[in-house]
This record gives sequence, structure tokens and C-alpha cells, in this order.
Amino acid sequence: MSIATDLRPARSLDTSARSGERSPKAMVFLVLLWLTMFIAMTVLLVLIITTFIQGASRLDLRLFTEYPSSSPARAGARPAILGSIWVICTTAVLAIPLGVAAAVQLEEFADKTKRINHLIELNVQNLAAIPSVVYGLLALAVLTLLRVQNKNLVIAGATALSLLILPVIIIATREALRSVPAEIREASLALGATPLQTMWKQTLPSAVPGIATGAILALSRAFGEAAPLLLLGGLVFVSYDPNGLLSGYTTLPIQIFNWTGRPQEEFRTLAAAASILLLVLLLAMNALAIYIRNHYQRRW
Amino acid sequence: MMLRLAAWLTIAITVGIVIALIIPSLEFFAQVSITDFLFGTRWAPRFANASFGVIPLITATFWTTAIALITAVPLGLGSAVLLSEYAHPRLRSVLKPILEILAGVPTVVYGLFALAFVQGTVLRDWLHLPTGSFSVLAAGLVMGVMIVPTVASLSEDAMSAVPNAMRQGSAALGANRMQTSMRVVFPAALSGIVAAIVLGVSRAVGETMIVAIAAGGQARIVTGALEQGQTMTGFIANAALGDSRVGSIEYNTLFAVGLLLFTITLLINFISIRFVRRFREAY
Repeated sequence: MSIATDLRPARSLDTSARSGERSPKAMVFLVLLWLTMFIAMTVLLVLIITTFIQGASRLDLRLFTEYPSSSPARAGARPAILGSIWVICTTAVLAIPLGVAAAVQLEEFADKTKRINHLIELNVQNLAAIPSVVYGLLALAVLTLLRVQNKNLVIAGATALSLLILPVIIIATREALRSVPAEIREASLALGATPLQTMWKQTLPSAVPGIATGAILALSRAFGEAAPLLLLGGLVFVSYDPNGLLSGYTTLPIQIFNWTGRPQEEFRTLAAAASILLLVLLLAMNALAIYIRNHYQRRW
Repeated sequence: MMLRLAAWLTIAITVGIVIALIIPSLEFFAQVSITDFLFGTRWAPRFANASFGVIPLITATFWTTAIALITAVPLGLGSAVLLSEYAHPRLRSVLKPILEILAGVPTVVYGLFALAFVQGTVLRDWLHLPTGSFSVLAAGLVMGVMIVPTVASLSEDAMSAVPNAMRQGSAALGANRMQTSMRVVFPAALSGIVAAIVLGVSRAVGETMIVAIAAGGQARIVTGALEQGQTMTGFIANAALGDSRVGSIEYNTLFAVGLLLFTITLLINFISIRFVRRFREAY
């Protein structure tokens, strides 16, 4: 990537020698381009600042220790935080192995000339762009089919989120596998390793940083997602700590949605405080993903 | 063998979605005719004299999506040209991750921002616009910002895929970088750029939490940006809050609207994938 950009001649020729670059029209164009970037970043900054100003007064220990309450002063997000942890960990356990397995099959073993594999590939691309509420509807229909009365279960929410992020993990893993050079596989095969051994001992370990980055980004998406869980009865008054896969739960984004919808101003403040927490956690996950990408990814 | 199963699971998910949506929808359409559903102009599924015309939901979805696009397309494309054609690789490696944070902000946080700051503070307190507590404008604007990284990232990929020989040729003929960007790189990357925008449309149509929080909850035909309105996704989110008995018409309505939403996004996605194919084959 860096090589390709370095080769662009325009960069080295970009001096006053080319008067065209300094013409009024070109300057206006450049200013407009910077303006678009500036606007997008300003909105991000304003969003972060206003959320902080609005929520700072309630960003205290009560948020972590208290249970939801009809009185804003005593309300907290303890069960929602624990619920989010339960749901995301379960989602990770379900989605990452499945996603990596599907990607390895599609990238390493599938016969790419076969129509069916082409169809699966197209299907994965399409799944990645299906609205998240539709996954909620799918999980709702499955639970109805299984005659589950109370749909507010950690495992049900985690399954819906796993299906949602599965295509994202598959696409990221395939990208990571594709960047491992063919020579590595050929050398391994030439030394007598079976294709399966080559995959386990050479290809997959080399792709781990890319897979980890993709998986963390996918999980952070699941972490911030509320729509599918809303359909699965995630918006409930939970006054206990979730304690298992069949436990009832609510998550941090749903708790924020709940507080946003209340008429009292204090609940808006509480929603903003919980938003700060959610933003900090998600930015940390994103930063971790970028760190892994920059520091562990091998360039071949 | 296990691996093949995992790959097949993706097909099973799609088939599952289709079946899960169609079966309750069939029950729904046994009670409500398809023409009444698609062309009816009154959406009141929970009223005593219930009416199931989906047009109000469609108009609200149309407004929020259109406003989101008007915001996201210039911002996204401008950023993409800057990153791909102007920015030094070092600057780019700083700007791009920051821009991508926009895609990582959870939608409920965007919703709260749209409701409290954009609608409450900017539109009402600062600009004194005649609008209530909710509007499709606030929801659409914030949704537009949310999809900027989607548009920017894919367009930038498409522009970066344009061979350098074309830029060199353009520069050799005396074009400056603006002319090269606009007349050589942009047209060459057009199919990828269109795909990026189309994917942005699909994300805007399917976005749920921002519209559920900030666009409003009354399903009426939306005729202006300052009105409130309930989108298709907004309806699904709100209906999910009430307890609808399995098999009841309210329950089936969820799936009928879901099926419509799924069909629309499916069509949009296939258009997008087609365009991407074209730009991949070109170089």
C-alpha cells in the first residue's frame, strides 16, 4: 500500500513549478475538500463534547453500582453493564469460531470455479448489508417456532448479534487470509504438510492480527447495537444481576434508549452519562483494533 | 467438513430470514390485501378501526434517507478525494482512523445527539425553526454523518484502485491535481463511487435507533423536513416495545413491514454489488 502511494508522481512534482496547482479554481477546490473533512470531524467533536457536558454530572459511581429506578437520583446501569458483558462474551464465543471457519473454507478450500461457492460469496456480501432489525425479526421468529414464551434470554440476544456480525467477521478473515502470500502455503506443502496442517500451522497463525482486528471491530458493532435486542424483549426492568445464558438481561445501549425516551430531564442526563461510558468503551475497542493492525500485522 | 458446514450456515441464515419473514407475512396478507398495504395512506395498526396503509412509513423513510444522503454524499466524497488524491500517506494514516470513528459511534448515542442537541438546541433554540420535539430533519442529518465513513471509505478504495498511469498521463498533458481528480480519477472510479453511495442508501433505509429516538412516533404522511414521522424501522422498533401476542395481527404486521424493508434493502444491495463488480473487473 505504502509503495503504491509513494509512486504517485504528482507528489514529487507538487511545487510552484506547476502553476496550475495554484490557480484560484484549484485552491477553492482544495479548500472545499478540506471543509468536508473538517465538517465531519467537527460533528464528531461536537457530539463527544455535548454528550460529556450533558452527562458529566451523573458520571459517578452510582451509574456502576445502582439498579434502574423510577427515581433518577437512585438509578444506575449496573445490570445493563453486566448484561452487555454477558451478551458480548457469548456473541464472541458463538460468532468468531463460526466466522473464521466459514472464511477458511471459502478462501482456502472451496473450489472457486464452482457456481455454489460464488453464490455463497455473493450471499455473505449481501448479509453484511441487511438491516440489523431484520436479524431481530429472524431470532424472534425462531424463538416463536421453538415456543419460547419469555424471549428475554442472554443466549437468544447473543445468537441474534452473532448472526448480525458473522458476515463482518467472514469478510475480515478472508481479507486477512488473502494477504498471506501463496509462497508460505507452497513451502509448507512442499515440506510434506497436508493442506489441513498448512492451514492450522502456517496460514491461520499468519493471519491472526488481521482476524483479531476484524473480530474486535465486529464485536464493538454488536456492543453498540440495540435494535435486534429490542425485538427480543431486551427493554425490561432488570433489578438483578444477569447470571447465566438463560438469564434475563438488558444492555447498555437499550438502557440508554430507555432513559432517552423518559420525559424527565434527569433521565436525559443519565442517558448521556451512560453514553459517555459506552463511547469510552467502544473507542477503547477501536483503538485496540487499530493498534493491533498497525503493530502486529506483517507486511510480506 | 466442519468448515463446509460453517460456510453453508451463511446460506441457511438467508433462507431462514426469508422464511421467517414470509410465513407471518402470509398470515398478514390473508387479512389485509396487498394493495391496501402497499398503497393505503393511513397507518393505524393498533386502532379500533385498524388501517394498514404503509405509505406514511414509506414517506418518512424516504425523507430521512434523502436528507441523510444530501449530507453524506458531499461530505463522504470530498473526504475520499482528499484522502486518495491529496493527503500525504502520513496525514492519511491519521485522518482515516478518526473519520472511521464516526462509523463506530453507537446508534443510540447518535439518536440522543440528534434529539437533544440537533433538534432541541440547534433547530429550535438557535435557528427558531417551527418544529416540535422530533423531526425527520434532525434524524436524517445525524444519520448522514453516520454514513459518511461508509461512503468515504468505499469511494476512496475505488479511487485508489485507479492506476497511477492514468494520473501520470493526465499530469503529462498539463492538468493540475483538481482536473486530474475530477476528470480522470472520478470518472474512472465512478462505478465504485456509485456502489459506495448505494450502500449508504441501504444503511440509511435500515437504520433503526436514530429514527426511533429522534424522528418521532406518529405515522403520518411526511410532507416537510421539519415534521415528525415514523419510518419502517421506527415502527418495528416501537411495535416491539408493546407486547404483541404471537399470531395476532399486530405481531404479523411487524413481519410484513420487515419483509418490505428486507426486499427494498436486498434490491439496493444487489445494485451495489453489481457496481462493485464492474469497477473490480475494469483494472
